[in-house]
Order: sequence, then C-alpha cells, then structure tokens
Amino acid sequence: MNEMTLIAATQAGLAEEMRRDTRVWCLGEDLARGGVFGQYAGFLEEFGPKRVVSTPISEAMIMSAGLGAALAGTRPVVEMRIADFTLCAMDELVNQVAKVRYMFGGQARAPMVIRMPHGLARFSAAQHSQSLEAWLVHIPGLVVLAPATAADCKGLMKAAIRSDDPVILFEPRSIWASTGEVPGGDDVTPIGVARIARRGDDVTLVSWSMTVPLALAAAESAAREGISVEVVDLRSLWPWDKEAVLASVARTRRAVIAHEAVKIAGFGAEIAATIGEELAGTLVAPVVRVGAPRIPVPYAPLLEDAYRVTSEKILAGLRQVARGRSAAHDDRSSATT
Amino acid sequence: MSVAQTNTRVALGLELLRSMIRIRSFEEAARSVHAKGEIPGVLHLSIGQEAMPAGVCANLRLTDTIASTHRGHGHCIAKGAGPAAMMAELFGRLDGTCRGKGGSMHIADFAVGMLGANGVVGGGIGIAVGAAQAARLLGDGRVSACFFGDGAVNRGPFLEGLNWARIYDLPVLFVCEDNGFAAFTRPTETTGGPGAPARARSIGIPTFEVDGNDAMAVHDAAAEALEQCRRGKGPAFLYALTYRIDGHTIADRTPYRSAEEVQLRRADDPIERLRATLAEQGVEAAALMRIAVEAEHEMQAAIAFARASPIPGVHEALSDVQDAGAPS
Ligand SMILES: Cc1ncc(C[n+]2csc(CCOP(=O)(O)OP(=O)(O)O)c2C)c(N)n1
Repeated sequence: MNEMTLIAATQAGLAEEMRRDTRVWCLGEDLARGGVFGQYAGFLEEFGPKRVVSTPISEAMIMSAGLGAALAGTRPVVEMRIADFTLCAMDELVNQVAKVRYMFGGQARAPMVIRMPHGLARFSAAQHSQSLEAWLVHIPGLVVLAPATAADCKGLMKAAIRSDDPVILFEPRSIWASTGEVPGGDDVTPIGVARIARRGDDVTLVSWSMTVPLALAAAESAAREGISVEVVDLRSLWPWDKEAVLASVARTRRAVIAHEAVKIAGFGAEIAATIGEELAGTLVAPVVRVGAPRIPVPYAPLLEDAYRVTSEKILAGLRQVARGRSAAHDDRSSATT
Repeated sequence: MSVAQTNTRVALGLELLRSMIRIRSFEEAARSVHAKGEIPGVLHLSIGQEAMPAGVCANLRLTDTIASTHRGHGHCIAKGAGPAAMMAELFGRLDGTCRGKGGSMHIADFAVGMLGANGVVGGGIGIAVGAAQAARLLGDGRVSACFFGDGAVNRGPFLEGLNWARIYDLPVLFVCEDNGFAAFTRPTETTGGPGAPARARSIGIPTFEVDGNDAMAVHDAAAEALEQCRRGKGPAFLYALTYRIDGHTIADRTPYRSAEEVQLRRADDPIERLRATLAEQGVEAAALMRIAVEAEHEMQAAIAFARASPIPGVHEALSDVQDAGAPS
C-alpha cells in the first residue's frame, strides 16, 4: 500500500500502461507542458513526442484523430482537458467513436480512453464546471467510469486502457489533490463492479466520483443520529453494478442517490427507476435523489453553493428516507419472527 | 514516349477503365434493385465521378487506408472491396460487409483498408488523419487518403484536419471531389473566397488541381502527391472538378437544375473519355467491350449473392455493441 494523491495515482496508472504497451499513446492540449493540471508531468521526457502529442485546440480533431489511430492499430488516450470541451467533439464521440464497431458489423474496435476531468472547481462558472455523465451513459457503445478514490483512479485508468471498448473516464478533479491508499503491483479495478465504501443497515446511499467523500461525511453525521448508512461507490456508470445496489437496497429497503450533476434526468434517475422496477414492494420509503437544481453553474460563491450538492443536503435526504425507520424496523422484525 | 512507356500507360489506362466501369456497373445495378424495392435504405450514387476513386486508389496499397463519405461505393470498390459483400450490405443481409448493420451510408471493408463511408459530412477527415498518425507512430509506412465533397470544406473538421496533418507532417492525401453540388445547393452559393484549394494552400499544404473527369490526370496527380506523403513530406491536397450526374439521393429528381445542363455534362463522361483515348492508342474494341461485359456479369452475380444471403436474425441487433455492458 502507498498513500498518494488521486492525481498522482492517475498518472501512475497511465505511465505503467504506457510502459507495458507501446501502442498506448496520449494526445491533448498542452501535454508537452505536463497537461493543464500537471497530470502528464514527465511524460514527454519519458515517452517522447510521438507518444505524448501536444495538440492544437481542436477538440473535434483530438477525438477523431484518436479514433482514426485506434482503427489503425493503436490505443490512444484522448485528453479533453475538461468534460465541458467534449461538447466541441460530440459528433466525433457520439456519431463516430461510439458506433464504429456496431455500424461496421464488428469489423472494427475503437480501443480508446477519453479523459474528462469534470465538475465544479472553484468558481469556474457555467462552461467549466459541468457533470454530463448522464449524456454519455445514454449512448450505446460507450463504457463510462467515474472513480472516487486514489486506488480506483489508478485501477480504472488501467482497466480503461486495457479495454477494447471506447471508455469515458470522468475524473474527479475537485478532489484530485486528496490522498488515499493505492495497492502496489498491477492493481486493475474491474469495470462494472461497485465498491461498498461503508457498511450500514438502514439506508443505502449510492454515489460516485467527487460526491463519494460527501456521501461518506453525510453517512458519518447520520450515524451520530442513529441512522446506519451503507455507502455504495458505483465507480462504473456503464455498466453499473445493479446487483450490488439492489442487494444493498433489498436489505436496507431505503435508498438515496447523490450526484453533483443536475438532478433532472441525471443518472440517479436511472438508478431510482431500476430500484422501483425491481424492489417496489419491499421499499419502506420512496427513493430520494440529491442533485443540483436545473440551472447553469453560477459564478458567485453564494450562488454556486445553491448549485452544489453538499454533505448537508445529502444528510437531509438520508433523514427523509429514514423517517419511517422505527415502523419499518417493527414490521421487519415481525416478518422475521 | 518510348514503346515501353506507351505500353505501361495503356496498361494503366485499362486498369483505371476497369475500375471505373466496375464502379459504374455497381451503381447501376444498385439502382435497378433499389427500383424493385429490394434495398431498404437510401442510396447516394457516384455516377459520373468514377475517375476520382479509380485514379487515387490505383496508387494505394492494400494496407494503406482510406476514409470515405456518404457517396462511398466507388471508393470502396476502387480500394478493393468485393461487390458481392457490398451489395449484400445494401440489401441488409448477413453476408454484407457490415453484416447488414451499416447499409450504404456506413459501408466499410477494413480488410482492404477502407475505414468506412460516413453519414456525417466531413466525418471521415479526422479518421483518415488519425490513421496517418497511427502509421507514423507504428512506423509501418502506410499512408491514408481521405475523400470528401465540396460541402465538407465549410465544416470545422476541414480546418482542424488540414492544420493537424500539416503540423505533424502526416502522410495523408486529402481528396476534395467537387461534383458541383452539396445536396441541392451549388458550392458557389455557400463557399466564401477562392475555395477549397486556396484554403489548403493557406495552411501550407501542397495542392494539386486537376480535371476530375480525366482518370489519367487524377492518377498522375495523386501519384505525385502520394509520393510526397510516402517520402515523409507530410500531407498533400488534391482538388478536382467533376459532376454528379444523378440526384443527391436516388429519390432526388433535381428540380434545381436543367435537363440541358445534365445533358451537357453527360457528354463529358470520364469512362467514355478514357475509352476513346485507349481506342486511339490502339486498344481493340473487343477488349474494351470485354471489360464492360465482365463488370456486368460481376454485378449480376453480386445481386444474386445478395438475394441468397440470409436476413440477419433479430438477435443480431444486440451484438457488437460493446464488450462491457453489452445489451442482454
Ligand atoms: C454534418 C452533416 N450535415 C448535413 C448532412 C446532410 N447531408 C448529407 S450529404 C449532404 C451534401 C454533402 O455535399 P458534399 O460534401 O459536396 O458531397 P456530395 O453529396 O456532393 O457528394 C448533406 C447536406 C450530413 N450528412 N452531415
């Protein structure tokens, strides 16, 4: 085990894969200067300019050069700088990358990783702060990952690079500087498997990416109020670990889903609907979703707070579903005796 | 020209003629079965434009790559795809190049380096450039060529792709087929300034302008351009004027142009032109005739193959989406 920052873990994962497989290369703006967040520091020196390609500000071209190069036998890691700029490459991503395998009848694969640091970052306002994961989960052909820990930032980077699918890697940039344990060796995190971040019995709290630490803080506060919360860190959004979520909710019979993205038509809606479809009769409280209001991200700190999902807002959600707790406990105990 | 040189030119002319006639025959065959209702989707035919794919692809090796457009049958055939699997694809059959999942607009044959037609105007540019970048990275000596229409030069990927190829000196040939129309609109109405070749030159890309209905001229210009690419000099640009004889799609009755205009342009048929040249050079009429007859037979066999090919089972709809999180 090694303690490292999330960003360093990310960097280690990419560097290890580039050493392992010479077909892996990366392209994006300012990579020769170490990347906009320093996450490529030292890469140019180690891997050279053919494998660490500093590009013009041409997001559509960054995406489609990655695709063309993937189709021609390499495994590119495509850097979008931040998720918001992916919107300049949306045709390339959605109409081309995601569909080549299918529309060409399986002749082609697009083994590429598309890196998208996402979410709020110190008053960056409407065009530099978005969480758009629900858009991309909606697109057949894409794998969508959203790690929250150092171990998973590294492990999912490695899994993404080894995958033959195009993989979107949403990176939690607001918590990149925090630290966590990273196992040594070839520590690949499996795609599609959730992590139980905290065990609990009364409420299942599902979250991902930068919202996971907030979920854990909310769970801690809830514990002091006598509410035992199980925190599920989803890690993969597509495929998502339905079994893990449903198994937890089947036990707790209450669910809260928390994400930084706008709540309306956010990915929490898919999870809530699935819980409804599979466990409707067993729930003792309606599922609660905690997400941002449907507004562009505002600039002024107080206004940004109105957008921001906080541990307090998540705690309020936990309290809401836990309200009928004693009654629920009663009928659960009567069911077992 | 020496006798040997003349003979090589005649042999090349015959090769280009065969390539163009096969494309024309394929398009006509596709049109005939479409009229019978045997092809479910839309077709964009390239009749009249055959000199471009024939002339360019004659300079490409099997391992070189191309990216194409919605009007991609000709590029596919010229690059070496088999008409039978292509026809089966138009029919939506299991033996189609894309197992019936792509149709005309996504026809592709990776085995011959044909990285796909594209339903998005300009969508192939970045793919061809990226393939050239992979060739550079892998050091395998491949080049790529990218076909697009005059309509694509007003989309962002045109600027982004040309600039990118120039700054990294990638071995890619951009091929702009100006067929006089972007859908129902003439390029003069929508393209500002002196047009595509000037735009390419402004980015510092060596640019060749050629008569797009002269297959030998297209071939020679592409040969010179691709030679530069192969020698590591970076990208080149080939611009050619040609004419779209048919409508934009097979359903387009072209009310926006006169019958006289089309008549006039038909007289400048690239196939007839090369046939006449070859006849002048002493190729016998029978030999020329044989090429057409063989192509006709090949396309009839392709239609028979497509008709006999199985319709994909409904379960095929769920295959080849992705590995992780595949539909069940
Ligand atoms: C991005 C995009 N916009 C619009 C269309 C609809 N469309 C298909 S083909 C076409 C005309 C393209 O003209 P050009 O590039 O000159 O090619 P041509 O059809 O003449 O071969 C249009 C507008 C499209 N497929 N993609």
